[in-house]
Amino acid sequence: MYKNKRTMELKKVEVWDGNLANSHALRQASVDVVAAYPITPSTGTVEGYANHHANGYVDGEFVMVESEHAAMSGCIGASAAGARAATATSSQGLALMIETLYQASGMRMPIVLCMINRALAAPLNVNGDHSDMYLANQSGWISMDACTPEESYDLVLCAFRIAEHKSVRLPVIVNQDGFLTSHKAQNVRPLSDEQAYNFVGDYQEVNSLLNFDKPVTHGVQTESDWHFEHKAKQHNAMMGSVKIIEEVFEEYAKLSGRKYNLIESYLVEDADVVLVCLGTTYQTAQMAADKLRAEGKKVGVVLPRVFRPTQLDTFAKLLKNAKAVVCMDRSAPGGQTGLIYNDVAAALFNTSARPLLSNVIYGLGGRDINIENLKGIFNHALEEVANGKLDGSIQRFVGVRGPELKYYNVEA
Amino acid sequence: MAKEKDLSTRVVPSLGGVSTEKSIWDMGWDELVQGAACFSFEKEIDHTVVNTQPENRQYAETNSMNKYVGDWRIIKPVWNVDLCIDCQNCWLYCPDTSIISRDKEMVGIDYDHCKGCGICVQVCPTNPKSLLMFSETVKNEEALTQWPSKDKSLPDNNEKGE
Repeated sequence: MYKNKRTMELKKVEVWDGNLANSHALRQASVDVVAAYPITPSTGTVEGYANHHANGYVDGEFVMVESEHAAMSGCIGASAAGARAATATSSQGLALMIETLYQASGMRMPIVLCMINRALAAPLNVNGDHSDMYLANQSGWISMDACTPEESYDLVLCAFRIAEHKSVRLPVIVNQDGFLTSHKAQNVRPLSDEQAYNFVGDYQEVNSLLNFDKPVTHGVQTESDWHFEHKAKQHNAMMGSVKIIEEVFEEYAKLSGRKYNLIESYLVEDADVVLVCLGTTYQTAQMAADKLRAEGKKVGVVLPRVFRPTQLDTFAKLLKNAKAVVCMDRSAPGGQTGLIYNDVAAALFNTSARPLLSNVIYGLGGRDINIENLKGIFNHALEEVANGKLDGSIQRFVGVRGPELKYYNVEA
Repeated sequence: MAKEKDLSTRVVPSLGGVSTEKSIWDMGWDELVQGAACFSFEKEIDHTVVNTQPENRQYAETNSMNKYVGDWRIIKPVWNVDLCIDCQNCWLYCPDTSIISRDKEMVGIDYDHCKGCGICVQVCPTNPKSLLMFSETVKNEEALTQWPSKDKSLPDNNEKGE
């Protein structure tokens, strides 16, 4: 609607953690309404934003609500009224918000949610895994993944453009790893307030409640008469968003010099073993890949930058030459294979590629995964390639204490 | 009571209005308004519409005035015109704007949208009440024959005010 009156002078390189980076992106986007409730580890995003607000750098409204359910409800109300709205949450907060996530996407409200990934209780745990990201899996939100504060800053700015695009009008989640990204101060090269706002642009109202010339009802009841059609329309917009995401990433690259892709990849062209993972594991896995490459082992890494909508065709293109693909899921699988495994399997099943496809469950509740762990996972897959078959099972747990856990036997 | 019959049997808007738009019933997913937003009017309104009575407004097909929800109700308020003092309490308190009143005179009940909550009966001050709840299965004419007589233990509020 309007740009903040007061601008902040930023250094060429700022040292921000993921939360602070989010708060600056929200500030620069001149969000009209941020309705939020604090939860570790996303509190810093909201706290940082409240700080900018208190210091006069934010002209929009900051609403401290009584729960995450209310936070998203507030954003939906603001968005329906015709405002740019955003919030942040993690884990249990996301779980409490889940009902309203579906309301937001179904009502086609272009809200931006900064999600700091954290494990879901029980047992209670504030540390990071991707179970909250996975919980929002089918909520109809576009979901993107950042590994660093800078990436999160960039993706949050891009998120507004994508969400508010007239052919998309869907909410967007920008994920980052709890603590590993959210609380680790790193170099961020921000845009100036002017550049960032000009990139995001003025908010374009669509069917807003505050347009009194054309009164409208939002949040209607359709029953079986129109529900299916609206869900079809919503899915179609989600699938069509891929083209817009690519355009926005392209434009952002021209402005910032930083190019994002639907799926990021590292050394995959000739790789025998490719590891697919989310979050900071992507960075650690690249370092592990470098070490193994020095030993002459052909390994590569893939990160679904855009987690939802799922990029089946891009996965298929990137993984077509791999002899083994290790799908790394950092979320308790709940009696099935992980979502990365499901996505990759879906991507490859109708192609001629038949790599050995395995599912590694790792890092739950913030259990560390280091270069050595990842080298071990690569080497295990390289052995499987040498043997021409999986090591007995599709799914295995890595890094858990106790007897080996393997499921979905493929020997039979 | 022709006036009553006209309005209370069914207050359906688009009265006289011929829609130029395609019916929502004929629309595929690609034609519906995103997010299931429903417009009250087909076109932008000029704000003098507040001076037009609902039955004369050009509501859009998607306006809830066009949606029959009378079947949500199992009991209904029945209005006794002979006892009514036109105090407008029921009109004021009805949460579904289902009491129809014109020029501060009660006209009838919009049974297409009334949910049978009974608030109108609760706020009716006359003795006996001018509105009472009856089963949906009882015809209004029959209900009127079952009306209770004045309760002499309660105060008399049957004075018509200004």
